[in-house]
Amino acid sequence: MIPSSPVLPDQASDVARSVDHLMLFALSGLVVFSTLIAVLVLVFMVKYRRTSANQVGIDIYETNPKSHILELVWSVIPLGLLLVLFGWGTKVFFEQNRPPAGAAQYWVTGRQWMWKIQHPDGRREINELHVPVGRAVQLKMISEDVIHDFFVPAFRIHVDVLPSRYTTYWFKANRTGTFHLFCGQYCGVEHSKMVGSIIVMEPRAYEAWLAGEKTGPSATGVASGEELFVSKSCNTCHRPDSSARAPVLNGLWGTQVSLNDGTKAVANDDYIRESILNPGAKVVQGYQPVMPTFRGQISEEELIQLVNHIKSLKGAPAEAGK
Amino acid sequence: MTTTPSTLPDGGPRTHYLNAAYGLKSWLLTRDHKRIALLYLVSVSVFFALGGFMAVLIRMELATPEGDFFQPDIYNRLFTMHGVLMIFFFLIPGIPAVLGNFLIPLMIGAKDLAFPRINLFSWYLYSIGGALTLWALLHGGVDTGWTFYTPLSTNYVSTSVLTVGVGIFIAGFSSILTGLNFVVTIHRMRAPGMTWFRLPLFVWGHYATSIIQILGTPVVAITILLIAAERVFHVGVFDPKIGGDPVLFQHLFWFYSHPAVYIMILPAMGVISELVATFSRKPIFGYKFVAFASIGIAVLGFLVWGHHMFVAGQSIYAGVIFSVLSMLVAVPSAIKVFNWTATLYKGSISWDTPMLYALGFIGLFTIGGLTGVMLATLGIDAHVHDTYFIIAHFHYIMVGGAIMGYLGGLHYWWPKITGRMYPVFWSKLSALVVFVGFNVTFFPQFILGYLGMPRRYHSYPPEFQVLNVMSSAGATVLGLGYLMPLIYFTWSMRYGPKAPANPWGATGLEWQTTSPPPVLNFETPPVVTTAPYTYPVAANAPEVRSV
Amino acid sequence: MSEDSPGLAHHFDSYEQQKDSATLGMWTFLVTEILFFGGLFAAYGLYRTSYPAAFRAGSHELDITLGCFNTVVLIASSLTMALAVRGGQTGRGKLASVLLVLTMVLGTVFLVVKGFEYHDKFVHHHIPGPSFHFEGPESNHVQMFFVLYFAMTGLHALHMIIGILLVGYVAKRAWSGAYTPQNYNFLEGTGLYWHFVDLVWIFLFPLLYLIGRH
Repeated sequence: MIPSSPVLPDQASDVARSVDHLMLFALSGLVVFSTLIAVLVLVFMVKYRRTSANQVGIDIYETNPKSHILELVWSVIPLGLLLVLFGWGTKVFFEQNRPPAGAAQYWVTGRQWMWKIQHPDGRREINELHVPVGRAVQLKMISEDVIHDFFVPAFRIHVDVLPSRYTTYWFKANRTGTFHLFCGQYCGVEHSKMVGSIIVMEPRAYEAWLAGEKTGPSATGVASGEELFVSKSCNTCHRPDSSARAPVLNGLWGTQVSLNDGTKAVANDDYIRESILNPGAKVVQGYQPVMPTFRGQISEEELIQLVNHIKSLKGAPAEAGK
Repeated sequence: MTTTPSTLPDGGPRTHYLNAAYGLKSWLLTRDHKRIALLYLVSVSVFFALGGFMAVLIRMELATPEGDFFQPDIYNRLFTMHGVLMIFFFLIPGIPAVLGNFLIPLMIGAKDLAFPRINLFSWYLYSIGGALTLWALLHGGVDTGWTFYTPLSTNYVSTSVLTVGVGIFIAGFSSILTGLNFVVTIHRMRAPGMTWFRLPLFVWGHYATSIIQILGTPVVAITILLIAAERVFHVGVFDPKIGGDPVLFQHLFWFYSHPAVYIMILPAMGVISELVATFSRKPIFGYKFVAFASIGIAVLGFLVWGHHMFVAGQSIYAGVIFSVLSMLVAVPSAIKVFNWTATLYKGSISWDTPMLYALGFIGLFTIGGLTGVMLATLGIDAHVHDTYFIIAHFHYIMVGGAIMGYLGGLHYWWPKITGRMYPVFWSKLSALVVFVGFNVTFFPQFILGYLGMPRRYHSYPPEFQVLNVMSSAGATVLGLGYLMPLIYFTWSMRYGPKAPANPWGATGLEWQTTSPPPVLNFETPPVVTTAPYTYPVAANAPEVRSV
Repeated sequence: MSEDSPGLAHHFDSYEQQKDSATLGMWTFLVTEILFFGGLFAAYGLYRTSYPAAFRAGSHELDITLGCFNTVVLIASSLTMALAVRGGQTGRGKLASVLLVLTMVLGTVFLVVKGFEYHDKFVHHHIPGPSFHFEGPESNHVQMFFVLYFAMTGLHALHMIIGILLVGYVAKRAWSGAYTPQNYNFLEGTGLYWHFVDLVWIFLFPLLYLIGRH
């Protein structure tokens, strides 16, 4: 993919355009100030060049009362401009980091040295992500080992991928094309090979691609969340009809849960992941901390399947915490 | 600044700190701050050469996109060791331990630093830390990046993280003790009449630097110690398996390593203030503003570490706070640039070599600082974070700023340090070559970064090649520019013409004593009666020998 | 060192300047020490907030009696140290020396007791690492508590060992009358260091042993 301009990368989302405008503003400030300094320095160097060996300069600071005003001016004007830049930059940053409601949720697992991506329907890809143009896409990302970073220059945003919790990346491509995906955080020997492509397609081409792909998670060797829920014996305690040992999970997603220590937590991706890896951390009110930890026995990808499965369990709002 | 001038007639045999004693022992056991400064000069030059050599290899690899020159593991070691050597063993000790060590007692009219033995001990610590790091370099090196991010550095690499960590830890204490020595010296050892606002701005810059060394370095020391412990015991505070947070490491690391940038640049700013004043023959415009700006930078510098972590998974509101604080740091830096420029106005400007370096500094630091402002802007940083834009930015500050300041300072005080002059033509040429070579090397990297080329990439997409080749070509020129001073400085120590006590017609106590200074710095204890940079009116200007 | 002013280094103009420099230097050094421990306190603060239950559980495993005893021992050693410095200041070198030896003894008692506590942790498999074992929920976070426990008390113990060696050296010098009312700077600096190390314990004790205990 050859960039369209030698100094500007592909611009493939509205956010990317916002970043470019912001950059242009900052850049014009840079040009104005550095030119001002350079011109002044060069002019003074020539104009006030020492002409005789014993010549000394004229101290204008002490003699001219306007000196202090001048200093105030060149402290306050930059400060004002900096605050404008700060405000604008913050606005763009919120655009970059806040996905719109209803964005399609994809999952990304980073590991040394590849990207594994799962579509909302369970379809999986490695180092490639096919998306239709115009769809808002939200990526929930986690690392299986070290810190990685999901970076697509065409979308003008980096987000680190941590081993400890989910982070979120989002974009809405506004043009088709193939765009670089880089790992933006140094992650070991083959860091520079942890690259891939985001392939943005016309909706019709996307449909054709979907039809041509093998479907189903079993194709990649990771069991579905439903299978895992059984094979890891989650279902022996977390049963819709069980009353004593464990909270009911049906309808849990997105609700507020009361905990044993009197605090509350929202049942989201991170909460469910933590409860599997670290059950003692947040125990639901009225239950004993009897669940064993699954840390080390379950991969991040399997966790994603389980989180997705628990999310899909519909039913009466959980009794937990009531 | 009037003192009783104590210069002896030039030319005659005279005892000074260089010829007062001979032999290796007289150097290795010296407690004279001037000799210790020279010990540092030799050591940091070795590390600069090594780090520079690695930079050459890195640029060689990046001349082609395929990554065909080295294996990736070797390339990763190269950029890691380049960073470690340049930052911890050249830039941080560079100006303070060489120029600061030599000049602070001279500038404030003291016989030595407050703790001469600790000063020598610092040099030994630095050397032991450096030797350990070099030993590690020969035994596989280290490939975590100089930032040592966990859990990569603790659990996922098998290179000599432990040895290098201990090396940095030991060198860190050298830095702490140097800072401590400076603070006590500046507080307690000033000559009669040398009030705080009569201190040269070089001293103010070093005072601010010392504050950072004292407050920041211990934090990175314990952090690196914790990494080392985690590698030894296979369990530790950053271990994700027991709930450790890798982002905690980044907070602790940047709490020091961001202020560390100011350890590198504040002393250079101090040098530039001296140069601009001397070669314009007038006081710095707004002396107090510039002095307080140094302190302001040191203090604010401790509140902005989070701007290295805008995309690291910290809360976006934390990002907002760190962004606005980072904007504030830019104000004192801007004040300095404007005040230096205003100093030139109606000055008597000479184009001597040190001044050329100083003017180069002002230009490069302006660009480095303004691109830093871009990086403090959340929306821009989210895109250019960890790309070549960052690389270009901090090289403009550290190479364009700190090293230009260091070289400018060396050219300025070389006659004082060695008692010899260096060739004018070659030194001016070197300033020009360094300036041009630097810009050709690093300017293309801004564009590369915005285009999206990530840092620490051993191979890269082919469309980035043109700019990379430019950068590699510039690095060759830059390397030549650095070789020139090495050659003519070495030459001048033996063959350079003898320097007078005050070749530039400068004020400042260090120019009131002979070149090179006597062992105890002054023949008669100086007394200060005027503000710094007070030049007599033209009629009774000091006699100046043009160089 | 000039003939007529013994103990005055060549680059100082007066005893006063020398003493002021030594004192300021020592205080500055202690500031760096605070920040050195500060990194660990920051880690402790973060993880205590993140895993309060596990930290409470870990804290319950510590022996509060031995902790209290050691606290008293250290406070007593600070007293003997303060008296020793006073002795040096008033020129009673032999008295100072005896008090310093007493300080060393108390410091050693502290370390021995600490050693018994460490041994107890070893016996109960509370040493972090592959052999770590803890019955109860969140054993991994309890392990984090013990990582911090050993890192913080270990670093403190290292400072104690350095302190005892320093005090021993100073005691020897004090016995031979090296400290005069004009120049007892090294003795005073050692005293400041000792008080600082005690003070660190005064923070460590409640953070590790007391908070969250019912």
